[in-house]
Amino acid sequence: MDLYEYQARDLFEHYGVPVLPGIIADTPDEVRAAAEKLGGVVVVKAQVKTGGRGKAGGVKVAKNPDEAYEAAKAILGLDIKGHVVKRVMVAGGARIAQEFYFSVLLDRANRSYLSLTSVEGGMEIEQLAVEKPEALARIEVDPIAGVTVEKAREIAVAANFPAELVDTVADVFVKLYEVYKGEDATLVEVNPLILDEDGNIIALDGKVSLDENAEFRHAGHALLEDKAAADPLEAKAKVLDLNYVKLDGEVGIIGNGAGLVMSTLDVVAYAGENHGGVKPANFLDIGGGASAEVMANGLSIILGDPQVKSVFVNVFGGITACDEVAKGIVGALAELGKEANKPLVVRLDGNKVEEGRRILEEAAHPLVTLAENMDQGADKAAELANAA
Amino acid sequence: MTIFLNKDNKVIVQGITGGEGSKHTARMLAAGTQVVGGVNARKAGTTVLHTDKDGNPVELPVFASVAEAIEKTGADVSIAFVPPAYTKDAVVEAIDAEIPLLVIITEGVPVQDSAEFWAYAKEKGEKTRIIGPNCPGIISPGESLVGITPANITGKGPIGLVSKSGTLTYQMMYELRDLGFSTAIGIGGDPIIGTTHIDALAAFEADPETKAIVMIGEIGGDAEERAADFIKANVTKPVVGYVAGFTAPEGKTMGHAGAIVSGSAGTAQAKKEALEAAGVKVGKTPSETAQLLREVYAAL
Repeated sequence: MDLYEYQARDLFEHYGVPVLPGIIADTPDEVRAAAEKLGGVVVVKAQVKTGGRGKAGGVKVAKNPDEAYEAAKAILGLDIKGHVVKRVMVAGGARIAQEFYFSVLLDRANRSYLSLTSVEGGMEIEQLAVEKPEALARIEVDPIAGVTVEKAREIAVAANFPAELVDTVADVFVKLYEVYKGEDATLVEVNPLILDEDGNIIALDGKVSLDENAEFRHAGHALLEDKAAADPLEAKAKVLDLNYVKLDGEVGIIGNGAGLVMSTLDVVAYAGENHGGVKPANFLDIGGGASAEVMANGLSIILGDPQVKSVFVNVFGGITACDEVAKGIVGALAELGKEANKPLVVRLDGNKVEEGRRILEEAAHPLVTLAENMDQGADKAAELANAA
Repeated sequence: MTIFLNKDNKVIVQGITGGEGSKHTARMLAAGTQVVGGVNARKAGTTVLHTDKDGNPVELPVFASVAEAIEKTGADVSIAFVPPAYTKDAVVEAIDAEIPLLVIITEGVPVQDSAEFWAYAKEKGEKTRIIGPNCPGIISPGESLVGITPANITGKGPIGLVSKSGTLTYQMMYELRDLGFSTAIGIGGDPIIGTTHIDALAAFEADPETKAIVMIGEIGGDAEERAADFIKANVTKPVVGYVAGFTAPEGKTMGHAGAIVSGSAGTAQAKKEALEAAGVKVGKTPSETAQLLREVYAAL
């Protein structure tokens, strides 16, 4: 889960990372009040989970509360790469002497952690990595030892921080690592980390990604989730404990196992090329060992998507038993009654496949077609979606 | 031959008394796996009752620790069905006991826990091969199953398979049930895993009875790209590939914690191109991949 900048700022503050005061606001009036409270020059910053805010006009400096009010009017409602700004942060102004970059993140390839640091901050890190790779210090962080003061100094020296700043920035690096570790993050990034004209090191903008698998030991993380921003079907699926991602096509997909479902999306998209360009409408993994009830829940989510024209159920029974899947389909169709008005193509293989097919054949529901295999099922589902 | 697992391995189950542990102990026994006991500190000294593949009752002892289980049974493989919150401790225990092979089935392990136990395994000299977490485990058909893969999909044969995904592994084994497999390994879909595609490819290359290899990847990370480099430099046997997730949008996690396209990195297209550049034939669908494999196998 990616956090908003203001959420990252709050976490930083909690861990003692130096930040500027920041107040969140959802209307121009709230922004004016926040600017009055902070006093002096403020910066109004769009809160969106995407980069390139500044270039898109999502960050404005305001010398007084009236300017802040005008800035808010310009920023709120702005569309930044498909993210509509609903909230801004009014932050204190800083007199920047120098900009730096620091991040610590999961290093998949080395199965470890990596810190990236540069004294040339202010630009996008991807750009820096390409244009000036020599200016980016990449130092491995041992997951057990972490970033000690000694390690932090090593990082600062490797990144060519001037000697008089090494101790100060090292202290901030240690605290940023404490955020990473303490919150089960997969990324903590500060860009820019600044030196102001009074000699203070300040984290001016932050990005934090949290590991959802670790939510069980962070009661507060669920509160950081932006439920309003989630797709309503995705929100409903989450309540039902289903792994669902809404996409833009017409063929609803249900399968078991993340890999098989991803593969099913692809196979349906290829089949769609021969059927008017229809595409998969969603990712939905009912998981291993799914019961009839889980199947029924999944089907109700998919049929609740008005974009869906046909549904492809693709199950390879490993732990999942095909008879359970079939019972779930029959049960869900009975329960949904007239709401179930889209054709279903069902492909079953593996564990208890004969029983599963027999249940569907005996039920002989007019909406259900049995497919011989995955390719045929995908083709049929795409054909039906195109014909609808 | 097989890789990493054969009929002689003696297997213990960490979490043998839990629901999943119990269910899959029964399935593994039915598949002919030599399960010799389990671990649960709170139930040490008790036994659990199961039946072997011939239907005879077996009483499996529950030990207090992996070390004790090894000492009493001579176990050389452990499989962990332990809830995510306790997985790291279970893995550290297995590493400390120096069990040669550990399969972690558990889904939902915090990635920092995986990073820590991997660092710990390295510190201890990598005496334990780790498969997983969040994986279906390993099967050498006709010999042994340490995992949750259905044992009856297909039998022994000349194909080696390594995959990030469970059900895609089953799908591919089913597609190629006419040929059969030496060993099929599901390495797991998490961002940090123990055994990698490369480890499995190296082992299949060295195994005289594996004649051709299927490698299944999916979006996220760059493991497939690194595997492609490895194949180019080190693998002489034919490799056929499949990558899932061409239609996955950027920034959305597709079920597996590791399956996410971020920016330009981790796309299925990039992985396919890297594999093809290494001489790997990549199928568009599982069935096409199986067909490509049959073709390269027939040409041997």
